[in-house]
Amino acid sequence: MSASRRQFLTHLVAGGAVASSFSRPVWSAASLTEQLPESMRKAGGEFTNYGQPSPHEQAVIRWIAANPDMPGNGVSWTPLHELQGTITPNGLHFERHHNGVPQIDPATHQLLIHGLVERPLTFSINALKRYPIQSRICFIECGGNSNAGWHSQPIQSAAGYTHGLVSNAEWTGIPLKILLGEAGLKPEAKWAIVESADGASLNISLPVDKLLDDTLLALYQNGERLRPENGYPLRLILPGWEGITHVKWLRQLQFVEAPAMTRDETAAYTDLMPDGRARQFSFEMQAKSIITSPSVGMTLPDNPGIYQLTGLAWSGRGKISKVEVSVDGGETWGDAELQQPVLAKAFTRFSLPWQWHGQYAVLQSRATDESGYVQPDRKTLLAARGKHGFFHFNAIISWEVSEDGGISHVYI
Amino acid sequence: MAASAMSISNWMLAFMLGGYIGISSADTPSPNLGQPAGDIVQQSQWHLTILPNGSNLPAGSGNAAQGEQVFAAQCAACHGPAGIGGSALALTGEVGSLTDEYPEKTVNSYWPYATTLFDYIRRTMPPQAPYSLNADEVYALTAYILSQDAIIDRNLALTQDNLPMVTMPNRDGFYSPSTKP
Repeated sequence: MSASRRQFLTHLVAGGAVASSFSRPVWSAASLTEQLPESMRKAGGEFTNYGQPSPHEQAVIRWIAANPDMPGNGVSWTPLHELQGTITPNGLHFERHHNGVPQIDPATHQLLIHGLVERPLTFSINALKRYPIQSRICFIECGGNSNAGWHSQPIQSAAGYTHGLVSNAEWTGIPLKILLGEAGLKPEAKWAIVESADGASLNISLPVDKLLDDTLLALYQNGERLRPENGYPLRLILPGWEGITHVKWLRQLQFVEAPAMTRDETAAYTDLMPDGRARQFSFEMQAKSIITSPSVGMTLPDNPGIYQLTGLAWSGRGKISKVEVSVDGGETWGDAELQQPVLAKAFTRFSLPWQWHGQYAVLQSRATDESGYVQPDRKTLLAARGKHGFFHFNAIISWEVSEDGGISHVYI
Repeated sequence: MAASAMSISNWMLAFMLGGYIGISSADTPSPNLGQPAGDIVQQSQWHLTILPNGSNLPAGSGNAAQGEQVFAAQCAACHGPAGIGGSALALTGEVGSLTDEYPEKTVNSYWPYATTLFDYIRRTMPPQAPYSLNADEVYALTAYILSQDAIIDRNLALTQDNLPMVTMPNRDGFYSPSTKP
């Protein structure tokens, strides 16, 4: 008897569908048709030039929040609570635009490198595509991500729709230092004023050390050309630094001696401290983690039941070295398993199975990075930073599980 | 077999010489496809950013009274009649509030440089038509906003010479961080 035949019989007996001593099933065209799912009884749909998610996944979307008077100024959040693994699909990568998404023709777009350089140069996109390229998997996090964490009351939006101004992708492009070597930086060049070609002409000053370190001039996102909302045809990637520095729709780098003090490095993306002064050029994103499932708004269906506590951790300083999980509001902690490989300045997926018996619980995760930095609890963060920092909120996030399995966001 | 062995040894030779065919440098290879920018770098479109010392400010002038007219026509719908109370961020008032229970980061309470105001208005406002305001209008709007909190005299016409001289109330309110936590 073949293996498949044995499995088939075993299945029938085990399922109690046929109580019989016969070793040969009775074939019946009518009953077989009834047993098979519809998808197996007809030809499927046509090929597609560019694939789309299943219609059953239509609820898995970026959530948009923009100014009604200025719809191009706002954000859309990645639905972290709906996703698994570590790579954010391109259609779900978070967005932050200051004046909408431009449509730019790569045939006419130019990049200019000038200022304090030996040789001011322009580059066409076609020329840039001939350079040696590198790929880097890294997160981009908006400096304003999780800013509802500063609110006096815990927000009850889904996890991704509060904390999803962070995404993780494989970015492919040219190490910027190659082009800077070609232009020849003068010794007095300490900063670059970087400018975008959108309706906000976003400009920001970036220090030369980072641009000569691991900065990429990205042309590709998860293997395909950049999406328009992520900078097509050209953007900067500064691994580990806040999103505003990863300038999209890049048109120029002008090298100068000192920062330009633009709006987005003074009025915004600066961190107001309790003494009334503000941190400026706080580019690096500190270690952070969040349990994405189960999380606020979800319900645990089975009591008792085993649940996989899973989430994401990341640090702008390097690799995540440890993620601890607590189910009792931080009284006790256990080490979560980290999905391999763990990459520097990239999402690290963690998970830990949990046996729930219907008890009240508070779920938390706490990340430690390879520099030894430990994600602070909210009280510690607020004690150090006050209540009005707005940017760089990276405190531990708490999900309260009630006896009926409902989950809400709490401060403890 | 002989041909195959030869191609492998050629490939290995190229690899040892620098990882690719024809060049022996161990440095990161650049195809050097940047084009000399030439006169392009003189164009004003590449010098939009206004530096704190006033570099790149265009000629022109405008005072608060003129700015009030432009503001009413171009800005008040979103920013409120005097730069407060609209759907957009508040621009004026709240100077000295940064240590209050509810600090307000307006242009006049928070921004450290007046040059930034010219830079930002010109490149972003109004959002449906950036760069549509002329230099006189941008100087006038800058003067109007600053004069609302008496940072400059209401009669002063701002120009490329005196705008960099304006001292904002929060000029010394920023520092580069140590990063914990």
